[in-house]
Amino acid sequence: MRASTVVRTMTGIQVEGLSLSFPGRPPLRVLEDIDLDVPGGSFVSIVGPSGCGKSTLLRVLAGLLVPNKGTAQASGEDTCGRAGHTAYMPQRDLLLPWKKALNNAVLGAEIAGVSKHEARERALSLFDQFGLAGFEQAWPSQLSGGMRQRLALLRTFLLPMEVLLLDEPFGALDAITRRGMHQWLQEVWQRDQRTVLFVTHDVEEALLLSDVVYVMSARPGRLIERVDVRFPRPRGLEVVSDAEFVDMKARLLAALDRAMGNVPD
Amino acid sequence: MSARELPAIGQHPLLAEPVRVARRAAAAYLPAFLLLVMLVGLWEVAVRALDIRPYILPAPSRVWTAFMDTRAVLPEHTWTTLQEALLGITIGAAVGVFLAAIIASITLVRRVLYPLLIVSQTIPMIVLAPLLVIWFGLGMTPKVIIVALIAFFPVVVSTSDALLRADRDLIALVHSMGANRLQTLWHVLIPSAIPSFFAGLKIASAYAIAGAVIAEWVGASSGLGIYINRSSAAYRTDQIFVAIVIIAVLSMALFAAVHLLSRWAAPWMHLKDGGNS
Ligand SMILES: Nc1ncnc2c1ncn2[C@@H]1O[C@H](COP(=O)(O)OP(=O)(O)OP(=O)(O)O)[C@@H](O)[C@H]1O
Ligand SMILES: [Mg+2]
Repeated sequence: MRASTVVRTMTGIQVEGLSLSFPGRPPLRVLEDIDLDVPGGSFVSIVGPSGCGKSTLLRVLAGLLVPNKGTAQASGEDTCGRAGHTAYMPQRDLLLPWKKALNNAVLGAEIAGVSKHEARERALSLFDQFGLAGFEQAWPSQLSGGMRQRLALLRTFLLPMEVLLLDEPFGALDAITRRGMHQWLQEVWQRDQRTVLFVTHDVEEALLLSDVVYVMSARPGRLIERVDVRFPRPRGLEVVSDAEFVDMKARLLAALDRAMGNVPD
Repeated sequence: MSARELPAIGQHPLLAEPVRVARRAAAAYLPAFLLLVMLVGLWEVAVRALDIRPYILPAPSRVWTAFMDTRAVLPEHTWTTLQEALLGITIGAAVGVFLAAIIASITLVRRVLYPLLIVSQTIPMIVLAPLLVIWFGLGMTPKVIIVALIAFFPVVVSTSDALLRADRDLIALVHSMGANRLQTLWHVLIPSAIPSFFAGLKIASAYAIAGAVIAEWVGASSGLGIYINRSSAAYRTDQIFVAIVIIAVLSMALFAAVHLLSRWAAPWMHLKDGGNS
């Protein structure tokens, strides 16, 4: 069931001793001594209190921020200050207001050099699965918040990179749509087995989707807890009431409590 | 999430949109038109009732007669002025975009050039126009230069501003996708600057015709400016009013043309008016 038996060439994400502060007086220490190994083809989540540095970590891996210390690699490439190696979905659903939905969806593929025709074909088939059918020619401002987020996720999936960095991709969705997206994401992920680093506030969501869940402490962000999730996939709703699941959830919530405990301000 | 939310998408052939826009515009401007008619009527009545001399203020009916009397020469003058204005605004816009691009991309250029641009706008055109006639003669060149000088400024200011204010997060996003400078320009910077560019061009278009007329007034063989010059020398105030009306109509037409062009170039900016009714 798990694809860990499959021989892969994917190398995943390796972060070692990574620290980052934003300049200021005093400097804002956001990430401190982060060690993170996301094996190729696995699904790893990070939960943590707001403002602890989760998005900052993803932005380092997307090549948009340079850390003060440490190294970060994704699919075998050094990402510190070098973009274009990961498929990054920012927390804000950044759609280009001047492109219609379909053209927004293929933007990344287009930039990465995938043929536009091929990207469109793939995008069109995904529009249906994402519940966006019929809105291919809509402008972003004509979409609801949830639809915009799904479109941004679709665009990220169309990028031809091994590592996906998803920053709260379901934050704007209602519980029911969210559940549908969880099922969908599990299916897709099982099919092409890309490496995913997933940020969320929702502990249940993290447990449902991930192989490993990390808890990040409040600023300066450190990884203070690790929970391995070994339920068989695909995981349906019934898993949520499983005793082991409930147990793991309690552990994560306790760790989050500790994480909040050392909020400096 | 039904299809009803988006009635306009994908159903319109190319021409339906402009026709719809024109019809809505006609309805929207009807009150303004009626007000204009009323004011003209009032003017006519006032001039007759107070018995004002025609060389001081001609009645609208007299302006109309003057228009009919000189209508043989008017098309040529009008065409000259329009040509100068169009050429000037095109050159001005092109130079404006070029300057905006280098101002936005090179900080040093911005620091050096920006004050100079402002200085260029403090020179009164009425001072510059005779100089340009001395340098370039009585042909179209000095007029086109004047119009271009008037037109480029709002274009540079608004376009460079938009380029500098482009959404950092969007730039970061395409950067994370591996976009090079050209791709960033094409996918993010140019589209973010288009609405502001047109806002600048609209201001330019409102002044372009008047600019051409001022330039002609100083010396020309053809154009509305020289028509005004001759009329004023002959105390033909009625003919001056004919020219004023033509200038106003041309300016409005130019403004409307730029407006339509902006709707076509930035359709995503004009979604609201489509969906509300
Ligand atoms: N460009 C920046 N300059 C200065 N400070 C920044 C910058 N970006 C983020 N920060 C600060 O870094 C800290 C961590 O931000 P980050 O966005 O990583 O938090 P987060 O864990 O993603 O929070 P949330 O769950 O609310 O999204 C915050 O205190 C924020 O104010
Ligand atoms: Mg965040």
